[in-house]
Amino acid sequence: METILGLDLPTWWFLVIGGLITGYGVLDGFDLGAGSLHLFFNKEESRRLVLNAIGPVWDGNEVWLVIAGGALFAGFPLVYGVILSTFYIPFMLFLVALIFRAISIEFRSKEPWTWWRKMWDISYTVSSTAITLLLGLVLGNLIHGLPLNSQHEFTGNLLTFFNPYAILIAFTTLSLFMLHGAIYLVMKTENRLYAKLTVLVNNCSKFFILCFILTSMATLIYIPHMTHQFKDHPQLFILPMIAVFTLLNIKRNIDSRRYFTAFFYSCIITSCLLILFAVGLYPNIVLSTTDPANSISIYDAASSTKSLKIMLLIAAIGTPLVIGYSIFVFWTFRGKVKLTDMSY
Amino acid sequence: MPSVEILSRVQFAFTIAFHYIYPPLSIGLGLCLVIMEGLYLKTGKLLYKEITKFWIKIFALIFGIGVATGIVMEFEFGTNWATYSHYVGDIFGSALAAEGIFAFAMESAFLGVLLFGWDRVHKAVHYFSTIMVAFGSALSALWIVIANSWQQTPAGYRIEGHALGARAVVTDFWEMVYNPSSIDRYAHVIIGSFLAGSFLVMSVAAWYILKKRFEAHAQAMFKVGLSVAVIAALMQLFTGHRSAHYVSKYQPAKLAAMEGHYDSLSVADMYIVGWVNNKTETTTGIKIPGGLSFLTHGSFSAPVEGLRATPPQDRPGAVNFVFQTYHIMISIGVTLIGLTLLALLLLWKKKLFEQRWLMIIFAWAVLLPQIANQMGWYAAEVGRQPWVVYKLLRTSDALSRKVTADQVMFSLILFTLVYVLLFALFLYLLNRKIQHGPDISGSKRDDDHDQYYPNNLENLPA
Repeated sequence: METILGLDLPTWWFLVIGGLITGYGVLDGFDLGAGSLHLFFNKEESRRLVLNAIGPVWDGNEVWLVIAGGALFAGFPLVYGVILSTFYIPFMLFLVALIFRAISIEFRSKEPWTWWRKMWDISYTVSSTAITLLLGLVLGNLIHGLPLNSQHEFTGNLLTFFNPYAILIAFTTLSLFMLHGAIYLVMKTENRLYAKLTVLVNNCSKFFILCFILTSMATLIYIPHMTHQFKDHPQLFILPMIAVFTLLNIKRNIDSRRYFTAFFYSCIITSCLLILFAVGLYPNIVLSTTDPANSISIYDAASSTKSLKIMLLIAAIGTPLVIGYSIFVFWTFRGKVKLTDMSY
Repeated sequence: MPSVEILSRVQFAFTIAFHYIYPPLSIGLGLCLVIMEGLYLKTGKLLYKEITKFWIKIFALIFGIGVATGIVMEFEFGTNWATYSHYVGDIFGSALAAEGIFAFAMESAFLGVLLFGWDRVHKAVHYFSTIMVAFGSALSALWIVIANSWQQTPAGYRIEGHALGARAVVTDFWEMVYNPSSIDRYAHVIIGSFLAGSFLVMSVAAWYILKKRFEAHAQAMFKVGLSVAVIAALMQLFTGHRSAHYVSKYQPAKLAAMEGHYDSLSVADMYIVGWVNNKTETTTGIKIPGGLSFLTHGSFSAPVEGLRATPPQDRPGAVNFVFQTYHIMISIGVTLIGLTLLALLLLWKKKLFEQRWLMIIFAWAVLLPQIANQMGWYAAEVGRQPWVVYKLLRTSDALSRKVTADQVMFSLILFTLVYVLLFALFLYLLNRKIQHGPDISGSKRDDDHDQYYPNNLENLPA
């Protein structure tokens, strides 16, 4: 098989998709988290400020989901079909939540009535939270593995998805995004809202630390296959070490009110957890709980060598562009949020 | 309960038809925005800035719904059409991924600057963002049309594996991208989009003129819209002809269905209006002798293949449906040419804005390009049946094997409810924005603001 820098093409594409999903987690993670926290703000002005803090960037952040989806479709079409059709109902709910979230943000400011704004505020928080929980649930099930038959077909039902481990992962994802969002918001606000957010950030960090510890223990005890890679490649232990180190640093930076640094660390921990997940799965993408031989590996699912090569080239040209646009937008809208006549 | 196949097809048709209202509007409006803001930078007139700001707000509303409903389409390939996804992932997936990374990222990022960046970035940077958003939305359409065109006229691939495990694999990327119908279909779609956007601009402007509100602004908007629409309507005649030519060459059964021809004819007539009886396989209507031969081959006596040349199981079933949608599209296309030329003539004679009857027509004419776009899409997609990938993969084989009718019924009901709500909200908010009109009260402040900036591009500091 063809290799580039010692890695074969499916592995490269696995890295690309992993990178895109990580980008999505880091970027949309904070605005989804901001959405989950939205109802904690009571005053109309506070709600407008936190909404406008994500205003210019949330759409661009969501692009990473579209690109990651397209990349999975293109690189591992078999997996794309299996995952999406297996999680049919969760993904349909996810899509409806995405629609509601987009329109909540867009429509809220269009009328001054209290009931109108309250309705979209609730819709915004519920949909943001639902998106996060559903993504976490799918992720949890992928870590846990699915009952697949020898045709790579799912043999369970809707209840299969609601195993305790997947639910735990769903809540861990929620706690992570809420913390990530709170830190982002505290960076972007000032005065009273800032004071309120400092309290919120502390509570979120406690919630996340609790979930983090529970998830770590549950994974070590119940999901032994996630640690197989570590036995063969002890150098990978650096990853959980970074995770723990980052976690402690987030707490320390929050306590000493260095929020920009704390935000940097919450980006790192989001990436780190997703990388741990990817390392645990590799070289499989969908694990079978019935028989390991029924799992779908990147080699079973990969597109043709030619297609992967073309797409690696597309990714190599496109990714720097996407990152460039993101930096341009974040730089343009740097600093604390101010309300203007074009604000939400 | 209907079968999974029927439900999945209905769901896909419904969700894409709804989605297809918005991107063409974004593309057409994007071009109008580039012209409006360009006029502002060139002349320095605040009026142009005010109409640009007004239309950017409407653009954002349309774009937002376009994105939300577009993500649904991307996921549906996997949820409802898993076998299809596996079959075409190598090809369709790469076009979709290219769309996301090259086009969608560009439009979304720069839209933020467009909306919130007025006081944050230099005028030139803002204008650059407007151009990038317009360019990005047209580029999005390019990749999507390429992906769809490959399904119509597959090229640059070979088939690996067999039966349900088979898949198409890229052998030549550029041959796949420039498959026989990509360019013609893209030109046709993009010009249809220009028509959709420009007619929206003219519709709103005409309504203001009728109501005697924002008249200076409305006339300026109308002229921008008309300048796009005149050129687009005339060009559509050309791209339509090119499209008919490719269909006759690569999908003869579709063309036969569009014109309701069952028998192969040495000289094929073209119907202006007509009715196809699917049962008796006969077509009646008013026709131009030799018209179809001329349209497809440039000669009034060239032979055209009929539906009976294709085995019954391989030809589209809903012939009358394809016939009607195709003919409605053409009739509207001709109407749009007449309307825009008439408006141009009256504008030249400086009498346009006094013609109340014409303004009433233009206020409603926004629906025409929309209907034509929908009809054209239906004719193209239903005409391709029973194939999802022409002559390679049947729609009935493309389904997700493990998805049940109950699940699809659930999602179909869910989407119907959500989309009805979404459409009602869209119309409501669009109406509110139109009622509100451009912000002229802000002129004073903008005046002050503008003193600190040069009024046109020539005076910009290096």
